[in-house]
Amino acid sequence: MIRIKRVHVLAAAVAAALCVPAAGISSGKGLPTSIGKGEGQLNLIAWEGYTQPQWVNPFQKATGCKVNAKYAGSSDEMVTLMRQGGGSQYDMVSASGDASLRLIYGKDVQPVNVNLVKDWKNFIPALKSPPHNTVNGVHYGISLQWGPNTLLYNTKKVKPAPTSWSAIYSPKYKGKVTVPDNPIQIADAALYLSKSKPSLGIKDPYELDQSQFNAAVNLLKQQKPLIKKYWGLASDEIDLFKNGDAVIGASWPYQTNTLIADKVPVKDLIPKEGATGWADTWMLSAHAKHPNCAYKWLNWVSTPKVQAEQAIYFGETPANPLACPIMNKLSPGSAGQYHCGASASYFNSIKFWKTPISNCGNGKNDCMDYTQWQQAWTQLKG
Amino acid sequence: MSTVEALDTTPHRPLRTARLRLSGFFWRHRWAKGLLLLAPPVLAFGLVYLASLIALFISSFWTVNPFTTDIEHIWNLQNYKTLFESSAYRTVALRTIGIAAAVTLTDAVLAFPLGYFMARIASGRTRAILFVGVLLPLWSSYLVRVYIWRLILNQDGVLNWALGKVGLPDQNFAYTNIAVWLIFSYVWLPFMILPVYGALERIPDSYIEASRDLGARGFATFRRVILPLALPGVIAGSIFTFSLTLGDYVTPLLAGGSNSQFIGNVVYGSVGISNNVPFAAAFAAVPLAVMAVYLLIARRLGAFEAM
Repeated sequence: MIRIKRVHVLAAAVAAALCVPAAGISSGKGLPTSIGKGEGQLNLIAWEGYTQPQWVNPFQKATGCKVNAKYAGSSDEMVTLMRQGGGSQYDMVSASGDASLRLIYGKDVQPVNVNLVKDWKNFIPALKSPPHNTVNGVHYGISLQWGPNTLLYNTKKVKPAPTSWSAIYSPKYKGKVTVPDNPIQIADAALYLSKSKPSLGIKDPYELDQSQFNAAVNLLKQQKPLIKKYWGLASDEIDLFKNGDAVIGASWPYQTNTLIADKVPVKDLIPKEGATGWADTWMLSAHAKHPNCAYKWLNWVSTPKVQAEQAIYFGETPANPLACPIMNKLSPGSAGQYHCGASASYFNSIKFWKTPISNCGNGKNDCMDYTQWQQAWTQLKG
Repeated sequence: MSTVEALDTTPHRPLRTARLRLSGFFWRHRWAKGLLLLAPPVLAFGLVYLASLIALFISSFWTVNPFTTDIEHIWNLQNYKTLFESSAYRTVALRTIGIAAAVTLTDAVLAFPLGYFMARIASGRTRAILFVGVLLPLWSSYLVRVYIWRLILNQDGVLNWALGKVGLPDQNFAYTNIAVWLIFSYVWLPFMILPVYGALERIPDSYIEASRDLGARGFATFRRVILPLALPGVIAGSIFTFSLTLGDYVTPLLAGGSNSQFIGNVVYGSVGISNNVPFAAAFAAVPLAVMAVYLLIARRLGAFEAM
């Protein structure tokens, strides 16, 4: 009964998405063709560190749009906040790929006119219309920054240096392994299995049928006794490595840099199987009250200078490669460190987070959706 | 005051009469005064506390649409079915109750001798110092104390450093359920010491003298006089330690390992991560039921008189 209902809702959502190019979504009118006068205010949901005074204050001065930012701790919290109070409380959200599709299909966000964002044409090609924010050619936001989930290890304790994700699934470092406490971690297991067990036929770690999904969850079940802790905050993982409680684990470049600055002997790498990653998008609420300020903001955060400032502050890679020389000017060597303007092959080696949905893109509806991922993760942690 | 007012002949007569009439009304109807005093707390209790509990309970019989995460107002028992049928949630519930019981027992064992010393042996000055010592940790943030324990138990932490100095092998408690148990026992200990101290202090010296006069030795006096009279205090303290542990999710999150989920963590995840309030409500009903049973037993044992 429930299953049938779910399929119907999905069909309706997909149908709605398909109608978009012709009709324009929710707002009921076409895309704006110019940016009008600012409304004096802009309400944002952002990752902590995404609205630093360093680039928000000059924006407020230049546009007269006062920025009110609410920090969210997780993709799921962002989705929840965007739906609160009929969705008109916030104008924009800096959604990661695992939240953006949920917002698009949930009709919480509206299409944006990329031609109104001057720097969009300078973005690396892969982030102009990525599948996590562009559906059927309709843009639901402007890419911001991205980064890989890396394999982090203590160079003194882990020898020889790992080259494969197998290091976090092998009992060699039992009780010294840490991975994120996040259902999307199932994709990391699936990515590893796609190379180590090709017979499963995993092509996309976010599009798993029942048997592929079970294999990934089983791998994580076997990994569980090896885990010291599933980390929830980046600072948790930093603590674990600093205090010797963990010597190897799945991480972000941000942790590596913080630990190296603290003189902890660590290194990170993208193992031979590739890596999952995150790519963030500024999205515009379907019921935004301050759309002109929102477009001004989209322009502002896409400029090379702001892109560089944010990349260095947070430890990630800008979507706009014109930011690279500015990064090096602000902090010598940082462009290379964060793979600024990386080659297409480096970018393609990363499988970016996206929301698992039952429509696998092969015309069939037999993939496991995010609810099932969440349930499996809860069961796994027990 | 009232005599001065009675002699007052200023032209505020109607106001004064009204005031006098009002006080007369309250003098004649004693119950009205009681009602007036009780109305604000009763309203707060009824509206804020009971109503929200009832709302919680009602929403546990709804479900969430898996795709849109909207709540569907259709009555069903699906959430409770999931709770009982899934071994993972059973494990979480049993773990929570088990650790809460272990913490309560540990605190009772630790608090009794200390409470006894404070109530019956220590001089006034020593007692004051001990009181400050017991309450001092409560002045700092709970979060800070959990983080401090993390620093102590770490692989490269203070405890292993000290163990190394005296030639003992390293411990591996960090991020395990042992760490969770240790930290809970530490943070809730004052809530056990105070009621135990109160109960022990109220035992009249004459009872103990009478017990001695009747030929009971130290241990017999303790077992047959002191312990039964102090037990309600221990039970009262255990209500705090047990319920506080039962409802906590911060310590398991920060200091727990890969096997440390509490009911609170699942509730938090259901609301904050899956946006599934009905399921969270259903799981939150479990500690409510456990505490209801616990309080019934505690009342039987006379704990409420010792609070």
